[in-house]
Amino acid sequence: MPIESPVPAAGEEYPAGLSRRTFIAATAAAGGATASGLLAEPAEAAEAAENGRVSLTVNGARHATTVDNRTSLLDLLREHLGLTGSKKGCNAGACGACTVLVDGRRVVSCLTLAVRLNGADVTTVEGLADGDLLHPLQQAFIDQDALQCGFCTPGQIVSGVGCIREGHTGSREEIREWMSGNICRCGCYPKIVRAVEQAAGRK
Amino acid sequence: MYPFTFTTARDTRAALEAGRNGGRYIAGGTTLVDLMRETVERPGTLVDISPLPLRFVTVTARGGVRIGALVTMTDAAAHPAIRRLYPVVSAALELSASAQLRNMATIGGNIMQRTRCTYFRDVTAACNKRDPGSGCAAIGGFNRTHAILGTSDACVATHPSDLAVALTALDAKVRLAGSSGTRSVAIADFLLLPGATPDREQALRPGELITAVDIPAHPRPLRSGYLKVRDRQSYEFALAAAAVALHSSGGVIRTAKVAAGGVGTVPWRLSAVERHLIGRRPSTRLWSSAAELAAEGAKPLTHNRFKIELLQRTVERELRIVGGTA
Repeated sequence: MPIESPVPAAGEEYPAGLSRRTFIAATAAAGGATASGLLAEPAEAAEAAENGRVSLTVNGARHATTVDNRTSLLDLLREHLGLTGSKKGCNAGACGACTVLVDGRRVVSCLTLAVRLNGADVTTVEGLADGDLLHPLQQAFIDQDALQCGFCTPGQIVSGVGCIREGHTGSREEIREWMSGNICRCGCYPKIVRAVEQAAGRK
Repeated sequence: MYPFTFTTARDTRAALEAGRNGGRYIAGGTTLVDLMRETVERPGTLVDISPLPLRFVTVTARGGVRIGALVTMTDAAAHPAIRRLYPVVSAALELSASAQLRNMATIGGNIMQRTRCTYFRDVTAACNKRDPGSGCAAIGGFNRTHAILGTSDACVATHPSDLAVALTALDAKVRLAGSSGTRSVAIADFLLLPGATPDREQALRPGELITAVDIPAHPRPLRSGYLKVRDRQSYEFALAAAAVALHSSGGVIRTAKVAAGGVGTVPWRLSAVERHLIGRRPSTRLWSSAAELAAEGAKPLTHNRFKIELLQRTVERELRIVGGTA
């Protein structure tokens, strides 16, 4: 028997019944329980203070859970709640791929400690559409063809929703400045700006 | 990231008690969480101070402004009185970071933020600021973005805050609460030169907490602005920056307050430039001759000699923008 690796190497099969995404999520969660205590083990006394209870609303649904104090909001969303729309780009607040709305304001979820969010109201890219009806900015990204690889797109869209709410859409220059916290390595900026313009009702 | 315990302070007294016991205050967390993940910072306890009543901006009749330490960068920049009285502060804030980070980061945390020196952030590199006595990898390394003013043999890292540059020009004070009461320290005394102890960055006593920043009333109304020059147009730290505040009457400059960012180990007050301006009539030539004094005392490193001229030109341009040539 070969030693089991947590993620199948290139070309290997994922275990039956698991997509690549759910397999990674499952192994990440299991790994977390031992490596960093991501799962809420009813801790031994010495470690109890290193976990915290948090109760928050995500896309309208209430969640109450225990997290390791080190858990970012991004990891809570992706690894505990299965909301993988928010992306982990730099994990250092430099790329914007993890942007979500907390109490209506856009923030980077990678630098937000989950344990601090008691009572918070979080909206992720998964919470923007109304059933099958896309949010106007999601539709605008399709209409304007504002993405290539798509990795930064969820952060761009949530950030754009924040930008429109803040009213910083008076000109293309203003949109570019106030969207500068979202990096797109494919370089789709002109079309992203047009999509924000469209959703802001400027065209 | 190393494990830590977490506590939320419900009031200032509880916060100070937790601080006295070695807890580290966290507000926006945009610097601290990032550096904890890099293991540059390893606090054993975090004290969340967000419930404290420090989210206010008060304006005195004479034009003094007090900004609570927990006011976000976004809210401080957008405050109508700050925009009207001290546009240099609003501009410095809005030219910092990104919209997302400005929604999180606070005024108190902004002046506490730590350098962006890449060797400081790399735990495998020598850094006297991070690990006293280990040496400075930047002095003999890649130092294009480092300081030319206020440096020492131990450290050449720049102070990253734009807000602190504007506050330095405006003679702002930092209000502090501690176990023995409150005190107020000029920002120029609050932020420390590296000298032989670059790990000591602020004149804080153990457990002290920033509660507010005070911009004093200025007897003469000021025209002010902030210019930031960097490798990209937005979402980047300064290579050189200038905060300028002027008052002219009778065609003569009566008040001149000028400070520079991106070039010093702390925000750098340009006293020689100010002295040169006062009592003179605004003119293109005056802006140019004053700006020539901006880099007085500069000590360039291997890769940042360009900052001398960049600083002079940045100051000159912002003097022209704020002062006009009338």
